[in-house]
Amino acid sequence: MQIGELFITALGALRSNILRTLLTMLGIIIGIAAVILIISLGQGATKAITDQISSFGTNLVIIFPGSLSQGPSGTAGVKTLTVADAEAILNTNPSLNIQSVSPVVTRSFQVVANGQKVNSSIQGVAESYAAIQTISTTQGTFVTADNVSGLSRVAVLGYQVAIDLFGEGSEVVGQIVKIDNRSFRVIGVADQKGASGFVNPDDYIYVPYTTAMKVLLGQDFVQTILVETKNTNIIDQTMEDIRSLLITRHKIADGADPDFSLRSSKDALSTLGTVTGLLTSLLAGIAAISLVVGGIGIMNIMLVTVTERTKEVGLLKALGAKRRDILLQFLIESVVLTVSGGAIGIAIGVGATYGITKVANIPFIVSPSSLALAVGVSTIVGLIFGIYPAKKAADLQPIDALRYE
Amino acid sequence: MTTKQVPVISFQNISKDYITGTQTYQALKDISFDIYKNEFVAIMGPSGSGKSTTMHIMGALDNATDGQYFLKGKDITEYDEDALAEIRNREIGFIFQSFNLLPRTSVLKNVERPMMYADIPPDQRKDKALRSLKLVGLEEKAENLSNHISGGQIQRVAIARALVMNPSIILADEPTGNLDSKTAHTIMDFFQELNRQGNTIVLITHEDDIAAYAKRVIRLHDGTIKSDTINSDKTHANR
Repeated sequence: MQIGELFITALGALRSNILRTLLTMLGIIIGIAAVILIISLGQGATKAITDQISSFGTNLVIIFPGSLSQGPSGTAGVKTLTVADAEAILNTNPSLNIQSVSPVVTRSFQVVANGQKVNSSIQGVAESYAAIQTISTTQGTFVTADNVSGLSRVAVLGYQVAIDLFGEGSEVVGQIVKIDNRSFRVIGVADQKGASGFVNPDDYIYVPYTTAMKVLLGQDFVQTILVETKNTNIIDQTMEDIRSLLITRHKIADGADPDFSLRSSKDALSTLGTVTGLLTSLLAGIAAISLVVGGIGIMNIMLVTVTERTKEVGLLKALGAKRRDILLQFLIESVVLTVSGGAIGIAIGVGATYGITKVANIPFIVSPSSLALAVGVSTIVGLIFGIYPAKKAADLQPIDALRYE
Repeated sequence: MTTKQVPVISFQNISKDYITGTQTYQALKDISFDIYKNEFVAIMGPSGSGKSTTMHIMGALDNATDGQYFLKGKDITEYDEDALAEIRNREIGFIFQSFNLLPRTSVLKNVERPMMYADIPPDQRKDKALRSLKLVGLEEKAENLSNHISGGQIQRVAIARALVMNPSIILADEPTGNLDSKTAHTIMDFFQELNRQGNTIVLITHEDDIAAYAKRVIRLHDGTIKSDTINSDKTHANR
């Protein structure tokens, strides 16, 4: 008997008891839908975050005070990085391939203007910060070198801050904002960046780092130093150079933990990739368990089906069906069962992914490989869990099967 | 008989033992008989006489424990499972008492089924199946589902299917057991007509009035042949 005809026969058998067929497939449907959903959402979320990181530039190095090996608490309140370090990185050695450097100090303050009150993260930055973080202004200018050297009390408002304080579309250059009760003149508004993870640059206010350190914070250390390299290829070498420069400057003994740490956006991307990859495979693994459970459900029903259809097997054998014909008939039936379950699961999974990505505003990605995986897995589940019942049917002796009541 | 004709079926000293635990039950004890082309034989006997076992061995559904079974002169006693499946497919047309047709399947597909196992192409299958259904007068029921036709019609579809591969023998196991007597006699008339057209028919039954349609009656008792007689019954003669 031809395989194609066996498929048609199998479809007929499954259609004849549509409710049972659907219930049997349910495990596979849920399993496949879950796998598709998890893999697709994982990929979409990863893409959303990597796009965000990449938009900051992949040639970015961030220097933190303290050692990352001491954990996150190691960096809090550590005062080892200075403006002098930043200047040294920029000036001392031209071979470092540095494009620009910006020290960054930051703290949240209450900001009052125009009768409105907001809490904003104040970023004390150098003029190069705009280029490093690709910030442009919709009104006025960004912090200038003169602002920095002159300790000017000027502020560049984040996109959302400007709206919150002055309303949408207002001309705000020249207005006065009170940061921690000290007056700053607005010189510009940054363009809209959108949130990435827990930070939203639209809620920032940028001021010269010199002013921030002297007037607002009264500190002589900086929180981070941003370094932009001339291109992405030399980033590892540059990080090494910066590391040895700072080790010398900070007089760190050989083999001792340095009191600073370096991260590149490339590192962040690969860390992110590892984390999301791990998370996705973990969740997909859990979903895969439901596929195994679904497979066992299918085997169970197929065994019941074989018992129910014992007389039918006897009749078919009397009509000349060989062992192989019966084996294939039942095996194809379970494969058709799991593959159609898989197809329904794919449809539900893709649909759910589409809905969630629209709501959560992340890219809608369904990779062909995840679809191929779903089809492959459902076929294999059908084969693995179908072979035992099919073999049981094929092994029936004709007279025993015919006599079965 | 002037020329030596090869029997369609030849049982030579056939025995069949069933072993259950330590007990051995002898269902057939060294029985021999020949059935020739165009015969219409009824195999009779009470339950436990061995008539079902005879049917199983004759129908290549089971192997004999001892003795030889020649089908059209070929010794098929030692055939394996797949070879026996092919014999059943090509040489034997079965008609059972019940569960003759595949449920939820059209009459046409039921009749086509043996041809599917014989790898006959679909278009030829349909032609042959329709021709066969026409013989039993059911060609207009071809597309009906098998569970939507009457008991008598089911047996006629089974006959159409038994004929479709043009087998050497038609093996009918209590074919009228589930029918009312009027329908039963219509079916038996039909068997006689098939026999007149040249088909060899073996009928397993325990009912005398059904066996009366056959030309020859083999009576079994406790696994042995009690009698093997030419039927002089009026039923046969008159019809």
